[in-house]
Amino acid sequence: RENFCSSITAEPAMIDVGRSCILVSIGGKNIMLDCGMHMGFNDDRRFPDFSYITQNGRLTEFLDCVIISHFHLDHCGALPYMSEMVGYDGPIYMTHPTKAICPILLEDFRKITVDKKGETNFFTSQMIKDCMKKVVPLNLHQTVQVDEELEIKAYYAGHVLGAAMVQIKVGSESVVYTGDYNMTPDRHLGAAWIDKCRPDLLISESTYATTIRDSKRCRERDFLKKVHETVERGGKVLIPVFALGRAQELCILLETFWERMNLKAPIYFSTGMTEKANHYYKLFITWTNQKIRKTFVQRNMFEFKHIKPFDRSYADNPGPMVVFATPGMLHAGQSLQIFKKWAGNEKNMVIMPGYCVQGTIGHKILNGQRKLELEGRSTVEKFFYLKSLYLEVKLQVEYMSFSAHADAKGIMQLIRMAEPRNMLLVHGEAVKMEFLKGKIEQEFNCYMPANGETTTVTTNPNVPVDISLNLLKREMSLGGTLPDPKKPRTMHGTLIMKENSLRLVSPEQAMKELGLSEHHLRFTCRVQLQDPHSDADTLHRIYMHLKSVLKGYTTQHLPDSMSVMVESIVVKVSSSTEDPNTKVLLLSWSYQDEDLGSFLSTLLKKGLPSVLC
Amino acid sequence: MAAHLKKRVYEEYSKVIQIPPEEAPQKKLRLSKPSKSAALHIDLCKASGSTEALQYLLQFARKSVEADSVEGVIRILLEHYYKETDNSVRLKIVSLLGLLSKTKGFSPDCIVDDVKNTTTTQRLIEMACKHLADTYFGVRNKCLEVLGHLGTVDSPLSRDGEAHPSLSGLRDVQSVISDYFGDQEPRVRTAAIKAMLQLHERGMKINQIIYEQACRLLSDDYEQVRSAAVQMVWVLSQLYPESIVPIPSSNEEVRLVDDSFGKISHMVNDGSWMVRVQAAKTLGSMLQVSHYFLEQTLDKKLMSDLRRKRTAHERAKELYASGEFSSGRKWADDAPKERLDTNAVNLIASGACGAFVHGLEDEMYEVRIAAVEALSLLAQSSPSFAEKCLDFLVDMFNDEIEEVRLQSIHVLREISTNIILREDQLDTVLAVLEDKSRDIREALHELICYTNVSNKECVQLALLELLKNLNKYPTDRNSVWKCLKFLGSRHPTLVLPLVPELLSTHPYFDTPEPDMDDPAYIAVLVLVFNAAQACPTMSSLFSDHTFRHYAYLRDSLSHLVPALRLAGRGVELVGSAAGPGSVESAQVFLQDSLNRTNTIHSLEAPGSQDLLDFTIRDLQRLGELQTELAGAADFCATYLRCQLLLMKALQEKFWNMAVPLCLKQNVMATAAARQILEETYKLEFVYSGLERRQVATVHHVRLQARALQLVLTARTRKGLEPLVSSCDKFLQEVDSFQRQFLTELPHFQESFVGKLLELMPRLSSCKTVELIKILQSTLRQSSMLPLTLPQQLHRATATIIEPTGESDNPLKFTTGLVVALDIDATLEHVQDPQSRVKVQVLYPDGQAHVITPKPGDFRKPGPDRHRLITQVYLSHSAWTDPGHVEVSLLLAYSSSTSSKPSWADSTDSLPPPEGAIEGTIPFSKSVKVLIMPKPARR
Repeated sequence: RENFCSSITAEPAMIDVGRSCILVSIGGKNIMLDCGMHMGFNDDRRFPDFSYITQNGRLTEFLDCVIISHFHLDHCGALPYMSEMVGYDGPIYMTHPTKAICPILLEDFRKITVDKKGETNFFTSQMIKDCMKKVVPLNLHQTVQVDEELEIKAYYAGHVLGAAMVQIKVGSESVVYTGDYNMTPDRHLGAAWIDKCRPDLLISESTYATTIRDSKRCRERDFLKKVHETVERGGKVLIPVFALGRAQELCILLETFWERMNLKAPIYFSTGMTEKANHYYKLFITWTNQKIRKTFVQRNMFEFKHIKPFDRSYADNPGPMVVFATPGMLHAGQSLQIFKKWAGNEKNMVIMPGYCVQGTIGHKILNGQRKLELEGRSTVEKFFYLKSLYLEVKLQVEYMSFSAHADAKGIMQLIRMAEPRNMLLVHGEAVKMEFLKGKIEQEFNCYMPANGETTTVTTNPNVPVDISLNLLKREMSLGGTLPDPKKPRTMHGTLIMKENSLRLVSPEQAMKELGLSEHHLRFTCRVQLQDPHSDADTLHRIYMHLKSVLKGYTTQHLPDSMSVMVESIVVKVSSSTEDPNTKVLLLSWSYQDEDLGSFLSTLLKKGLPSVLC
Repeated sequence: MAAHLKKRVYEEYSKVIQIPPEEAPQKKLRLSKPSKSAALHIDLCKASGSTEALQYLLQFARKSVEADSVEGVIRILLEHYYKETDNSVRLKIVSLLGLLSKTKGFSPDCIVDDVKNTTTTQRLIEMACKHLADTYFGVRNKCLEVLGHLGTVDSPLSRDGEAHPSLSGLRDVQSVISDYFGDQEPRVRTAAIKAMLQLHERGMKINQIIYEQACRLLSDDYEQVRSAAVQMVWVLSQLYPESIVPIPSSNEEVRLVDDSFGKISHMVNDGSWMVRVQAAKTLGSMLQVSHYFLEQTLDKKLMSDLRRKRTAHERAKELYASGEFSSGRKWADDAPKERLDTNAVNLIASGACGAFVHGLEDEMYEVRIAAVEALSLLAQSSPSFAEKCLDFLVDMFNDEIEEVRLQSIHVLREISTNIILREDQLDTVLAVLEDKSRDIREALHELICYTNVSNKECVQLALLELLKNLNKYPTDRNSVWKCLKFLGSRHPTLVLPLVPELLSTHPYFDTPEPDMDDPAYIAVLVLVFNAAQACPTMSSLFSDHTFRHYAYLRDSLSHLVPALRLAGRGVELVGSAAGPGSVESAQVFLQDSLNRTNTIHSLEAPGSQDLLDFTIRDLQRLGELQTELAGAADFCATYLRCQLLLMKALQEKFWNMAVPLCLKQNVMATAAARQILEETYKLEFVYSGLERRQVATVHHVRLQARALQLVLTARTRKGLEPLVSSCDKFLQEVDSFQRQFLTELPHFQESFVGKLLELMPRLSSCKTVELIKILQSTLRQSSMLPLTLPQQLHRATATIIEPTGESDNPLKFTTGLVVALDIDATLEHVQDPQSRVKVQVLYPDGQAHVITPKPGDFRKPGPDRHRLITQVYLSHSAWTDPGHVEVSLLLAYSSSTSSKPSWADSTDSLPPPEGAIEGTIPFSKSVKVLIMPKPARR
């Protein structure tokens, strides 16, 4: 048996933070882990190529289930496309918060693509709803039996609200898929945790494969200090964020800081969908960290006092302010608009709290580019920046890694917690993953498949066998003390494989059941011996000799049948017909006494000692 | 111990005996008549059969036994126990033993010793060993527990090894227990470790062999095993810190304590938070660990296995410097650079690396607090580590849980003697000054009082931030001033170059005189004056008005502004504080004055009154001058005043006059007696650090006062009935005094009580009138008791900081509703303030409300110091005009807490005579608050 893993996409040479979609075959079951889309493309390439799996035929027949780890679009963006447009009717598993928030994001995504960009052939709102009907919610640490053999179990993963790691188990084989996870707790979520489940394969993300982050407190302090200083100076702070996840984290951070320090400068949060999502954040308190769980009775941390919704006109207001705006990579939308307005003033500041994909403005300014070429195609931009095609970036650009992904140390920590036998890295940049892989391979096997590549992991599955009670009891009486799980013990028995069941029974019973009669196997052997005595004397001499050599065995002399018995081995003597001095010894032993028999034959070949006591 | 004994006994006999359900209920054993043991002995010897003996025992169980005879009874019972053959009788005896061992004032050790001497222990151990192979885990657990409690390492089980070859043979308890470290059942593994720890606790020497096994258990699947293993490894590391252990997979060796430190550090990353807490706590107590291991705990990046670090320390440093792993703080610095020798880098077993970094950012605040505490302990023992951990502690100031923030500020204060803050560190520390929480700010002020800073910019920065704080939170005034006082006196040379700027003086021009009432200006002056104390040249930089302000502040805020020597100036400002030897000389003076008064033997001696008067005056003045001795001086003065009052009340002439002729005198004496009584309560309860001797002296004075009262009542009233009862009461008091201060009695030979006690047999039988006569004469003959001073004597004081009583705006509220009044007070030298300190609100109509603050309202900013920040609720019916309520703090006392009878609740004896006396002593100045209850509008 083997596990079969592959990640599927159209471009076979790169794995990146763009999208996740992994297919796992384990014990004959096919499971799809996450169904993400790529943000960087606007054509067919953004969705996984599902024809890769099925060739032709329906997905439902091929897949046993689909598991979504969390609500980020690069993990669930292609879900309606897959279930409704490609066609999949099987169960889709996700946690409760994911189920609640995922449709909001999908709907938002749909609106942008269809309503704003005017694309056709895209999934509709109804499709999102239909897709959500196929979702089966999961609870943490709840073992869900998908079918008789396949079971899945979710663990807390940090990262975003409702993010989960999933253990997939078929028989004794298991795979853990981490999705995105975070080993450092933050202001609103706890740390990922998994028990020592020792899976055969751990599929881990590796976004920060080469980073070991400083203590998060340093980062927080720096962040707050920078914001505070800028605000005190009268500058404006722009923080581009993705609508959900980091945004809430930073909001709580700033909110508590404002509260503690009694600050008055306004904080704004742009985008409408956040309000809906925030509502769910308030509800799923059990998924947050210790502090929020403990204090929500007095005050729900997600009910912000200082953070107000943003209106586009506020961007021109004088005086200090802090604005959270989407999207996080400054590639479009409100964050880009605000950025353009504020970029010219060196008092202002933009803080990039997370990862930026190559090609986005965020990536450019982080790499120190101070002059940006504007595409200026959208109407809004035309209105404001008709004249200038170039934008001078004067404001301060800061980068703070607030991404809630595990760093190298965190990945190691998870490995230590789960103790997997094999490791598979996905969801990262190839060069960096190579580096981490090199490190992990010192400890055990590590794979890093390219897109579309299949990795096969061989396992040593346990084969359960029924054992008859009688046989066990017999062994017990022979063996004595308690069984020690660490020391293997051998036992004799017969393995019967019949009608998909394995049974271990005693040989006699097996014979009886199968209606076979017992066959005996005997070895015989002739040994020539020079001995000038009569046959009877020779036999006696042999008897004496064997008796002196084999102390612990029962040796019998049977003169009437001219033979010596050692245990069950028979030694007979007869004179050679040609030479009476040459005696021919006939040894015969059964298969069970093979050891003793062969010993005797070699012993007797050496001849008898001249003096016998 | 009793439970322990019982358990052992049951373990041995439970096999044969069904415990009777009607077993004697747990009884309180009380005193009655002595010599129980003898009677019991006779009874039991008389008993012919087992049933009869059982009867006697049952009867006996219904009675009670006094503490001192318990031991005898137990001896008898044990004796019979061994003689007895019948099981039920033996059971009864054992259960009786169990009950008896619970008697108060009796230590059951002797029973245990007795039982131990027998073969029971040996048998139990044998039994435990035999059942260790049981298939049920519970049995194995208990067996291990028994071994842990009873086994001895020195006398191995080999003694009966020959007799019972089936037993574990020639092996000691430790190796038997350690066999079960590898048991298949996690609970048994836990029990085995616990048993081993128990052995250690009993003082057995644990062998080092098990170290490796214990370390292996650190990676057990079960959290309770890991948790216990952490303890085990810790114990071993404390036992054999210096022994060298080899490192697997290399030929290097490290000290055991370092090795275990690395391993326990690793547990800070454990999956279970209980284990993490345990590990973090444990780290704090491993003080012998080497520096380089310690410092690794603060660096996440040193991924190379710690075992390599010892020899390849340099290489590891390069690895760190080359930035192999990026920090995530800078964009794009995580591109992989040159590939290093990966053999040197072992990711999973990364040892102590970053243990504290992880601990400090743990999800559970319990872990974080444990980590902060551990940091504190380690930093206190190692200055270089303190330096290193500073940044991390400062980061903790930003924690989401206030408790953690507060704790880390406290910790930083504790280690601040070891460190000098750099400017950037100070900057982050000071940022917290804007915090909304008062506790945090105050803790931070406290911290700044103790910190050393490196340069004058730091001082300036601190001052600036403190002024900002003052501006934002005016209520912090006192605390900020105090903070600046210390800042100034700690860094005089750093303040010196700042002075012109701070005081805004100009070499040529006169600058306008700042407003003297501005708290910020006062703050600056406090800083400057305190710096000037150690830096005499500074005063030359002062302008004229500064001197005037100095004079003013020296008077109004004398606790913040030190005395300066400012010679050659218009103002005479030579401080009254003497040289450094002044405390000693004051001490000598105090002792001399006391000695002088001790020479007064008779109250009648001429001039003695004057002497007392003068001494009291001297002492009071001394208390004002020398704050260190204020408590002692006050105590003496009060005591002497009591004596003086007593002396005056007992003056010769008026006692000889007829009663009606000296009514006025009589009234005066009665008042004096009452006052003395009050003062004695103060003496007893307001001062901390009293020894038994002083308490006895105070009680003695109180007795005198009572006697005086008695005599006075006898003189005024004719009726004898009330007198009889009060006489009885007085005698009881004398009696209890005797019992209470039995050890001190020799010092009271010549005193009033001494004399009374001599006459005691006569007193208890004689008539009331006679008693009064005796009392009167004894009182007058008795000499004054010399007072000895204890080492440390402090007077409990309280200052109400808020409300200040200066506000003219009345607190307005609607009648029938309540208004909350914030109270902020500091308490010094108050023991157990949670139960003793009350707030009294006195309304103009004489109503007094006593409010007990919540225990959570008390904070402890320093030793012997408490801070009460609470709210009291005021309410009253409507007034026409605003009026003052007086708020003051009371110290509640009850004599029963201080004078415990030596034997417990006995109904036979007299009830403790003073048990009922409870009262309160005001110990703060009262503050007036203007309130105005308005009638409710309909």
